[in-house]
Amino acid sequence: MTPVILLTGFLGSGKTTLLQRLLTDPSMQGAAVLINEFGEVGLDHHLLDRIDDNVVLLKSGCICCTVRGEVADALSNLDSMRTRGEIDFDRVVIETTGLADPYPVLQTLTAHPVLRSHFVNGGVLTTVDAVNAGFQVEHRAEAARQIAAADRIVLTKTDLADQADVAQLKRRLSKINPGAKIFTTHDPVGSLVAGFGAGDHVVPPAAAPQQHDHVCDAHCEHDHHHVHHHHDDQLGVISFSLIIDTEIDWTMFGTWLTLLLNRYGDRIFRVKGILALKGEDRPIAIHGVQHLVHAPTHMENWPEGPRQSRLVFILEGLSPDLIKRSFAAFTGLEKVRTAA
Amino acid sequence: MCSLCGILGCDDHWTNAVDRPGVYTRNRDSQSRRSETLRRLNAANSVLSYRRLKLDLWQGRSYVLSSPTGASSVFEALSHLWPEAETLAGRDFDPLDENLISWMEEHRS
Repeated sequence: MTPVILLTGFLGSGKTTLLQRLLTDPSMQGAAVLINEFGEVGLDHHLLDRIDDNVVLLKSGCICCTVRGEVADALSNLDSMRTRGEIDFDRVVIETTGLADPYPVLQTLTAHPVLRSHFVNGGVLTTVDAVNAGFQVEHRAEAARQIAAADRIVLTKTDLADQADVAQLKRRLSKINPGAKIFTTHDPVGSLVAGFGAGDHVVPPAAAPQQHDHVCDAHCEHDHHHVHHHHDDQLGVISFSLIIDTEIDWTMFGTWLTLLLNRYGDRIFRVKGILALKGEDRPIAIHGVQHLVHAPTHMENWPEGPRQSRLVFILEGLSPDLIKRSFAAFTGLEKVRTAA
Repeated sequence: MCSLCGILGCDDHWTNAVDRPGVYTRNRDSQSRRSETLRRLNAANSVLSYRRLKLDLWQGRSYVLSSPTGASSVFEALSHLWPEAETLAGRDFDPLDENLISWMEEHRS
């Protein structure tokens, strides 16, 4: 399976510049690249293809079939060329448009009947402009969705911004997406993609709750003994965790989450979690972006601390308490709480 | 094949994923598959009965959703269950609806 790294970020946030740097790293020498705009970047020996925004909704209401047509065609062509021995690559980087919602591309990888046998989501890398991000996340839902979908965030233009503002932005990004690792363009380029494609992006943040990349200070609103429960008043985006101390019935959990995402997938930007299931010794990781939930995976070991289920939600306009109550009602579990 | 859109192989729902290395699924062999299918029917029906709908298997591979008035819908992919149920019921299945939550609390206890 070839990992596909999705490079996203708002208009002018430095995606193409970052892509150019990434492609200089030895680990990326075997990467095929799909871009949606021909920029000024010389990509030399790398493979190029053009993708236009083209979301084809084949049947209204049939979420699983929302296929980003030209992305699918481009990936299929790459795979065919590789099969014929015309090219070779070990990973793919897709650079989306600045206004793109990452969800349809991720959905394409999962739902497309051919692509899903050849490609796998290798992680979402989101660039955030340190100068303009404050305005963008307040006023542009696309920017919020890109941040929420990120497995890793790269702050760009930090040298043009006040360092206090950068620190504040990092805290804010951690509130919106507590599971994402935050880098800056000053970090070694190899570190930005190290481990990407190896599946490490699906490990939920609850498994490693202390892996914060920001520097905590007196203004930091979280502590390191609780999972985040943050609210960005200006954006209306919140993140919170459900913590369940008793084992969960997988079938009823699946019924509940499927029902929740059917109705509110457009408001639930992200759900990640580690589950303690009835009849299972090992933890199970789940990972979803909007309507899309990836196939659950086994984790090798339980993280430190009590053996409990934790589900992290990043969403907009929904009540954590109501979600908790709904979860408890559907699963019949009583020991459910939200992290605060 | 997806009955709504015509795409082949659309039934790899995350709750019932195709068995492959690293993936958690109960879709492993015929016995576990049958057992999980029955549990899934029970779980879905515990919610569907809120609007008097009923889900059954259709020829072992598809699902048939029926209403008390005799209307029915057949589909292959589990991902279509709730859109189909809402269409058949003519109303939402909203897991955050206070009435549905109360109903689930009452009927699960």
